[in-house]
This record gives sequence, C-alpha cells and structure tokens, in this order.
Amino acid sequence: MSARTLFEKLWDAHIVAPESPDTPAILYVDLHLVHEVTSPQAFTELRERGLKLRRPDRTLATLDHSTPTLPAGSNGERPYANAEAKAQVAMLESNCREFAVELHGWDSADRGIVHVIGPELGATQPGMTIVCGDSHTSTHGAFGALAFGIGTTEVGHVMATQCLLQRKPKTLAIHVDGPLPHGVGAKDLILHIIGEIGVDGGTGYVIEYRGAAIEAMSMDERMTICNMSIEAGARAGLIAPDDVTFEWLKGRPRVPHATAWDAAVTRWRALRSDAGARYDREVHIDASQVRTTVTYGTHPGMAIALDAPVPAARNAQEHRALDYMQAKPGQPMRGMPVDVVFVGSCTNSRLSDLREAAQVLRGRRVAAGVRMLVVPGSEAVRRDAEREGLHHVFTEAGAEWRVPGCSMCIAMNGDLAQPGQLVVSTSNRNFEGRQGKGARTVLASPATAAASALAGVIADAREYLTEAAA
Amino acid sequence: MKPITRIHSRTAVLADENIDTDRIIPARFLTTTERAGLGKLCFHDWRYQADGSDNPAFPLNQPQARGCSILVAGSNFGCGSSREHAPWALLDYGIQAVLCSEIADIFRNNALKNGLLAILIAEAEHRWLLDHPGIELTIDVREQYIALPDGGRIHFQLEPFARHCLLNGVDQLGYLLQHAEAIGAYEHTHQEAA
Repeated sequence: MSARTLFEKLWDAHIVAPESPDTPAILYVDLHLVHEVTSPQAFTELRERGLKLRRPDRTLATLDHSTPTLPAGSNGERPYANAEAKAQVAMLESNCREFAVELHGWDSADRGIVHVIGPELGATQPGMTIVCGDSHTSTHGAFGALAFGIGTTEVGHVMATQCLLQRKPKTLAIHVDGPLPHGVGAKDLILHIIGEIGVDGGTGYVIEYRGAAIEAMSMDERMTICNMSIEAGARAGLIAPDDVTFEWLKGRPRVPHATAWDAAVTRWRALRSDAGARYDREVHIDASQVRTTVTYGTHPGMAIALDAPVPAARNAQEHRALDYMQAKPGQPMRGMPVDVVFVGSCTNSRLSDLREAAQVLRGRRVAAGVRMLVVPGSEAVRRDAEREGLHHVFTEAGAEWRVPGCSMCIAMNGDLAQPGQLVVSTSNRNFEGRQGKGARTVLASPATAAASALAGVIADAREYLTEAAA
Repeated sequence: MKPITRIHSRTAVLADENIDTDRIIPARFLTTTERAGLGKLCFHDWRYQADGSDNPAFPLNQPQARGCSILVAGSNFGCGSSREHAPWALLDYGIQAVLCSEIADIFRNNALKNGLLAILIAEAEHRWLLDHPGIELTIDVREQYIALPDGGRIHFQLEPFARHCLLNGVDQLGYLLQHAEAIGAYEHTHQEAA
C-alpha cells in the first residue's frame, strides 16, 4: 500500500461504504458526544420516527452550555439564566433516560465541558472517529482521533445509524519547525497560526500539526492547538499519538486495561503519517518567530504579537472591526484598559491552564474595577485544582471561582460582559457580541489573561513571573 | 423535505466577510428545543436597535431588500459555531439561497440538509453580484446555473448527492437507514476498535 497520511489511515478504517461520484462515503462513528443545546431536536426526530438510538454504549452526554456556574442556592435551586435554559437541561436529562444514554449530569462527579471530559474519562482514544454537535470537537484530534463538529440533523443521523454521510476532505500539514521561545505557549502558537493562514485558511481541510514544537507539547497544550482548528475553518485538527499521549491516557476509566492496553498501544503506534505521504497543502511555521499573541479585531485571524502595532485597516470591514474593538492602528494591544478577564472554555480550562494563571496571580490582587472569572473545565479539574489550593490563589486575588461549564465563552448561561466592556478571554472566539451584546473580546493565553487582570490593562505575564523569580 | 428545483428572486446583499453563525443567531437564543420560529431572531443584534425597532443601517432592512429570498454574502459566510439554528433561522426569515465564493464547511453542510441552497460561485462573479444588489436571478438546481436578467448564466456545482436530495426531496436519514446491514457488518468486523 502506498504511503498514507494519518488522516487517510483514520478515514480508511471507518468506511462502511466508500464514496462514489454520486454518493458520499458512509463513515462509522466510534464515539458520539452529546450536550443539551444541539441535541433536543434530534431526540425529537428519533421519537417522532419511532427510531431507536443505535449505540447508547458509543454515546456520552453531559451538561455544559446552558448550565449556571454559580452553585445551587440554599433551596437547592440552580440559578439558571432563564426558564428555557432550565427546561433545556431537563430535556437532556429525560432524553438520556428514555434512550439509555450515559449522562454526566449534575449528580456526576465527572460532569464538565464535553471536550474536557471526553479525554478525562478515556472515552477519547487514538484511532477513533468522534463527533459532537459542537464545532470545537476538533479538540479530540490531539489524541490522533478524527474528530469534528456536526449539525443537529447529523446528530440525529448518528443517533439512529452511528454513521454519517461524508465527502473526503483535503489534508493540510502545518509544520511547526523548531522550539517555541521561552514563555510562549500553545495558545500563542495557535493564534499565530490562524493569523498566518487566515480564518478560512483551513476550509475544506483536515489539519495535521507536526514538528518539534508540537511533539514537545503536553496533551493539554495539544488540545488547545487542535481545539482552535475550526477557527481557521478546518473541521478537524490532528496530532499523531506518541508516548506523551499513551502516558496521559493510561489508567483512565474507559481505556483498555492490562494486556488489552498493551495491544491498543501497539495498534496506536501505527497511527502516524508514513514517510513520503502526500498532503494537499503544506505550511511551515518558524516557531522561533512566535511571540505572546493576542487578537485585536473581531475574528481569530486578526491576531498579533502583544507588543506589535495594530495594523491599519485594509478595507471598510476592518475599519469597523477596529472601531468596534476601539483598537488604534499603530499602537500595540498591550496597555489597553480591561474590564473583565475570563479564564475557562474548552480551549483553556484544564489543570495546566489554571496553574498557568495561578502562577501569575499568586499573592497578588486583581486591579480595582476588573472582574475576573475562573471557570474550571470539569469537576475533575475543579477537584484537582482545589487539592492544590489554586482556588485560594484565585479568590484571594479577588477572582470568582466557579462551577464547571462553558460559561462566558459562549455567554448563554448568564455569564456575560456588558456592552462596551473589554474582556481578555482564554476562549476561542472574539466575534462581535460573542461574550455579550456589544462586548469586546481579546483572545489570549491564561498567563496573559491573568497578567491583564492584575494590571487592569492588557499586560505581559513575564513582568510578573520575573518578579516572582527574583 | 420538499423537492427544490428552482428559486426566483431579487438578491439582497450582505457584503461583510466572515459573517459568523453567532451573528446569524446569537448564542443566547440557543436555549430553544425547537427548530421552528427562529426567523424573528435571525441577525438579531445587527437587525434591531436597542429599543427593538428595525436598525435602518442593516442592509436587509432596506425596502428594496424586503422579501428577497436570495442572499449574496461576503466570503466565508457561516464560519464559527456548528449551530444548525443558523440555517433554520435564515430559512424561517425567508432566505432560500446563499451565494458566496467561500462558505464555511459545517454551515454549508447544515444548510443543504435543510434545503437552504448554499452555493459556491467563482470570485469574479461573486464580486459582480456583491456590487449589483437587487437584481432578479433564477437558480436552476437541476442544470446548476444562475440565470441573470440579461440572459447570461453563472454556472455552479453542488455536491452530486446533495443536489439529488434537493431535487427529489430525499430523506438522508432514510437513505442511511437502508444501509443498516452494511453498518451491522462493519460493527461485526471492527469490534476490537471499541
């Protein structure tokens, strides 16, 4: 057989029926992740058509998007944003009971953001196909799984048949050559990459991230990278699994155990692009040129180094974006006054992200007038963080330590910014109004977000880290 | 789904590039558990002023854009979130086709599955349509062309299966269910992959 890319190996292994000029391939789905927002209409369709959910054992549900991040009151009532949000959560609970789907709901010790708990539970494994009615499903590609977001109609297709109708996408290799400079992390790199290839640079492609900088990354960092593939238009991002992956997964609840584990690892080691495999497109990124990066406009491709001058608008739309952001061409984003800081989301809410923010905040106070929310990605992250005392670091700094959920990333649960407020956010989208009508979003790493909270203006974390070291 | 063979309408233009699905329908409206009735929320924060009245600066609020069912949009339309509420809202609002030189993958997929014609056209023709709002077009799904008022034609290509489903009102879930035997056979031979 000729040399194949990692993507082609994953694709070929899941073909129930190959594509033809007239018909797409029928692709088998190993794991279907479900949440409350994009599933109700699909469950309704199943019920109306009298269909069963084909593989409850390959379906895993959680509550994350519409859920409040403040705890239940003394009466046991959770502070939902509105009655509709509460009803939506109740509907997922009843749908999961009716269709025998495992739900990590309020009573689960493992509830959390769908893209955080899938890996934590070991439900996400190399070699799988994974889908979810959520565009950030690309996160799971960090494990060498073909993982992508789908719409609700397709959620219904997977529920009923465990399959999707798919045309084979093209492949894009992004080689990140050499090591990243000290203090520059995964979030800086992915923002830099999107800035380089553009918000539509990955449209029609599955991205494979390769190179020394990627291989040197932890799983948390790899998840941050793959998570934002969709912000470059690519439905999926991939990183070949290696010892870092296997070490991270070993012993998790849903992975194989004992001799079955060894056999799985042997199988997974073959999941890498063969020497000589051809990609439809290749891009090289010089890691040494990446700096601490933030966004300055209203899409994730409008990204620049923290100290670099905001570029002049090239057209009316960019003018509008700069006006909206109140960003001034020629001046850096560093120093812009901040109202709100959000640390959380499927991009940056894992333990290492919280440690990164805590390292900057430890022993310091958030600037007067700045509101800071820290929202762990899952109950497991919350437990681990509290075991290390990180919650004390946050609350003593004046930040709010919340219950896990998507929170202010999508701002549909009541956690939101007011019109005109500037949010430095570790999430993934800086679209107009994304974090509240009229709110302005600057995407950044957890360290940059924490430093900005302390300074009250967009700031460089190294100022604080150097002091701490001295 | 009802078969769709032709659409005839004047065009409305939203020239902005990268119109994301949050702009098409803001996330705070996604607490719905229904597909229907989302048209009133379509482009909500762009379309209405703070007091709830129509924003005169929103291009689709212009008198000449009212009732248009063909939308010519700036490139990379539908980027961002996978929410199918975006095509549901557009259809309920009255949009039946979106013409663009580039459309985000997930949105395009969702749109075509709901009978919203998400059609890719060449850049030069896209540019021309962006510059000429309000012209009468006929979209022929079977022959895959857009007829211009002067008799000219813009050709396009839909994915053949999507086109077949649009023309014949094919239920894609029904099509998949017909392959239950092949799916079962796949599961039987790939047990160890679980």
